[in-house]
Amino acid sequence: MEKFDVVIVGAGLAGLAAAYTLAKDGIEALVIERGDYPGAKNVTGGRLYLNPVRQYFPADFWDNAPFERPVTTEIVTMMTQENAASMRFQALEFNNPPYQSYSVQRSKFDRWFGNQAAGAGAMLVSKSRVDDLIWENGKVAGVIAGGEELGANVVLACDGVLSLVAEKAKLREPGKPEDFAVGFKEIIELPEKTIEDRFNLLPGQGAAQLFMGSLTQGRFGGGFLYTNKTSLSLGMVVSIRDLMEKQPPIEAPVLLEEFKQRPEVAALIGDGELAEYSAHVIPEAGYKGIGRLYGDGILFAGDAAGLSLNIGLTVRGMEFAIASGVLAARAIKQAFDRNDYSAASLSVYQQLLQNSFVLKDMQTFKEAPHVLDNPRFFTYYPELMGNILKDLYSFGQEPKEGLVRTVRNRLSFSDITGILKDAWGGRKI
Amino acid sequence: MSRSISLKEKLGFNVFKHSAESHIRIIPGAEKNERLKLAVYVCPAGLYSLNENGDVTVTVDGCLECGTCRIACGPEILDWYYPDGGTGVQFRFG
Repeated sequence: MEKFDVVIVGAGLAGLAAAYTLAKDGIEALVIERGDYPGAKNVTGGRLYLNPVRQYFPADFWDNAPFERPVTTEIVTMMTQENAASMRFQALEFNNPPYQSYSVQRSKFDRWFGNQAAGAGAMLVSKSRVDDLIWENGKVAGVIAGGEELGANVVLACDGVLSLVAEKAKLREPGKPEDFAVGFKEIIELPEKTIEDRFNLLPGQGAAQLFMGSLTQGRFGGGFLYTNKTSLSLGMVVSIRDLMEKQPPIEAPVLLEEFKQRPEVAALIGDGELAEYSAHVIPEAGYKGIGRLYGDGILFAGDAAGLSLNIGLTVRGMEFAIASGVLAARAIKQAFDRNDYSAASLSVYQQLLQNSFVLKDMQTFKEAPHVLDNPRFFTYYPELMGNILKDLYSFGQEPKEGLVRTVRNRLSFSDITGILKDAWGGRKI
Repeated sequence: MSRSISLKEKLGFNVFKHSAESHIRIIPGAEKNERLKLAVYVCPAGLYSLNENGDVTVTVDGCLECGTCRIACGPEILDWYYPDGGTGVQFRFG
């Protein structure tokens, strides 16, 4: 049986960040990827917040990364059946490098990242699926991939949100609908100039637009739009539990079609050409959804460890994957130096995560899933906002009422107490 | 895209590599399971449908490998694994 220092399952961001870091430390790492190339099975909304992970790489590392556009404009749109209210936020500091976040496309990005890892000395095998772990004396001692046994001192499972490797090894339970959402999106191609004109962007700069309200028809979730170089990523993220339970039932792809037909959205994507339709599951349980991080001879990183955070206005996962991959590699380096790959030796990984933004942010926002899981955010507030703005902007034949009175007409005593109650519930985040 | 296109047409834009084996199998006896019926609503690729006998059927052609159906239904109802290495959807954008 061929044997490696480290076998990494999955060439996503966690796996590749780990492979790169290990290779730089002179540790032999084999990355096994089931797709034709790194990124072939990976999907993002998506944007990557780069600032939190810059510290883990050389300063010039990202210079040639295939980013799409830096996000310099943030738009939030609240939708009801009849209207939409948007807030557009631009900060002058967002306009200049170092940019804090970029839109990305995973097939391009992960392929580039894979090349960086390979360039540093990591080994990458594509088109090979890991089917099982090899156990020796109660410790993980390698993997079985494509019928072949590959030994390893330590296995780093970066096999994504479902982490079937962990499940098969009884290291985790199958996921539950209440802890996950599904994201599905279209890549819609448009000329560069058209994108910049439609979103009022300087050349090369990008926008991120989030949609909430009636588009999910009462389901937890929302819509998103990111500008790429020559395409838009337009999609939705919806709670799997709500897709199963909320009445009247509607099929996920129909929700997206109806969202696209809204005039506010149709105007943004008009004349675009569909290039791809993709979907991916997202861990949404936050802190309580964090899975096992390590065991004897094994570590988990990225989505496979449940490291992802939705706090409403921002949804983050990719930088958690990158950081946890790097920190897993550092923990492995320490275990390598001690020549001890037991759970006790690998437990330093948890400390490294706790000292990093990964577990700190997840801890800070540990109540977020609970607070956000409030149907009022998806129906009541967008409608209240829409109604008030409609009244303020409408002119009929009758004389117009005062502005304060117009607002008060829409806000009963019970509305105000309800808002205060939600605000009180939200204090934990 | 001013006109709405069908889901099948939409999936036609993706690159898929055929696998000899179907990677999703409804566990025999679970075809009428109420939970399985919900797969019809959750699958972003619309691969589940209810036939005239009230059985749920699945086709894996066009599967985006997201795993939503597996989370919705659980392994007691769906025997679900990723397709073989080098087969299935190969995203060009992602």
